[in-house]
Formats: sequence, structure tokens, C-alpha cells
Amino acid sequence: MKVGVVTFPGTNCDQDVVKMTQAHGYEVVPLWHKDRFDINSVKMVIVPGGFSYGDYLRCGALAARSPVMASVKDLAKTGRPVLGICNGFQILCETGLLPGVLVRNDHGHFIDKWTVIETVNSTSHFSKSDKKKLRLPVAHGEGRFYADKPELDKIEEQGQVWFRYAENINGSLNNIAGVMNKEKNVAALMPHPERALFDWMGGSDGFKFI
Amino acid sequence: MKWGIKILPREVLLDTQGRAVQDYLNQNSQGVNQCRIGKYIVLDLKQTDAAESKKKAIEITEQTLLNPLIETYTIESL
Repeated sequence: MKVGVVTFPGTNCDQDVVKMTQAHGYEVVPLWHKDRFDINSVKMVIVPGGFSYGDYLRCGALAARSPVMASVKDLAKTGRPVLGICNGFQILCETGLLPGVLVRNDHGHFIDKWTVIETVNSTSHFSKSDKKKLRLPVAHGEGRFYADKPELDKIEEQGQVWFRYAENINGSLNNIAGVMNKEKNVAALMPHPERALFDWMGGSDGFKFI
Repeated sequence: MKWGIKILPREVLLDTQGRAVQDYLNQNSQGVNQCRIGKYIVLDLKQTDAAESKKKAIEITEQTLLNPLIETYTIESL
């Protein structure tokens, strides 16, 4: 299977995601932010973490409006899977493919630690391990999931909550750590599964994630 | 034509920058009820027709500069 991995200026987790993709036996197709791509050339796209465009304007705002994301939106419409991790989550929210927005952590600090998340609703595309609870690293300053009340209720009712934090580490509404679109082919989370593939990394709950 | 766009975080959201500055000022007994920090963007547009130019400035603001979930804006001619 061919997996597209997007790189923006400021992306810093793309090579980790490449390694994760290869570790699962898939072929990587690098996708550059300035280029649109043939949506039939890949079966899946991953939008990795980092600080795309230096987090200028708002986290993910400029990346969401880049040529490569126009193609990612087209690909998502076909039902093919799109995964966002950390800044990738922020970008997918800014494109409108996912509901809500990620704002500054309620305590104001950047957090970098291991945390436990619980699967609420699953998707057939990602997180294929049998474990309901995953221990994964987080590293973000703006990871507090926010949506207004009607939107939040809709996300809950439509089964779009993917993961919740076991302990709310950033003030996310309803402890939300990951969400999906209604069709469940676009999904994103703040923690980094690509940083937890093997035991020597400190944990392997990120394996079988794609 | 130049337009100034003032963007502020919505009141319901925690404005961490504003809170930090407010706390600092009040540590020095400045009597600040609230301090909120946003951004001010100056757009210089090629259109010379005022109405068309304003329409364009609003379009750019609403499509890119602003996330209406978390921010509000006002626009002024410069």
C-alpha cells in the first residue's frame, strides 16, 4: 500500500511518520506542501506533527490553505483514509475536514510527557491494536480541543470522538484527545503514535496504528 | 487601499497572553479588570474601488485571517 506523508516548512515529525509507515510494511510517497498530487497515487495520507509555517497566524491555518491540502481534501472526499497527528490534527481542523479547533493548553505550558488515552469510537482505518487504552507521548502547547456547545454535542452524538485522555492534561473539552469526521475516514489525535512503536522507545502502543 | 483588521479572541476562551499580562500588571497594583490580547493586521490591496476593496478585505479575513470558532474581528479603512 502507498501512503502519502505530507511535509510543510516547519514539519518535524515527517521522518518519524515515514519510519512508522515503513515499519508497517507500506511504501511512502513524500508529498510537498507546494504541490498538488494525483489522488489515485496513494491509498492513505498522513499529516504529521511539527510547527507548519512556524505556527504563524494560527496553528495549522496556513498549512490548511496550501496546495497539497487541496488534494488531501479531494482524497478525503473519495473515502480514503487521512490521519492527522498533533499539528496534523490542528491542520485538519483548519481545513474543515474535522470539527472544532485546538487552542492553547489551559495551564499555558507546553507539555511533553507520556499519557494514556482511551478509545471511545473506533474506525476501521486506524488504531488497529486490540488495546482499548493506549499509552502514548504528547508534546504540544496548543492541544486543548475546543468547539462551541452545539458543535460539541453534535460530535458526541454522531460518535465522532475517537479518543479521550484518561487524565485531562490540557483542558480539552470532554477530555477529547482525538476526533473523526462523520464518515470516519478522516481522523486525528494530539498524541504521537509514531514515537511509540517499539519497547526501546519507551512503549509500543503506537504499533499497528495504521 | 489599506485596511486594518483587529482580531480578538472570543471572551469564552482563555486568553493566556492576556491573562499573563493582566496578572503582571496587577502584581504592580495597576487595577486592571481585564486585559485581552489579539492581533492587528494591515492589508494593502490592489483594488482601487473602495467597495470592491472592502469586499475583498472581508473575504480574505473570513476565509484565512480569522477562525470564527475562536475569534471575532472588526475592520477599518486606513
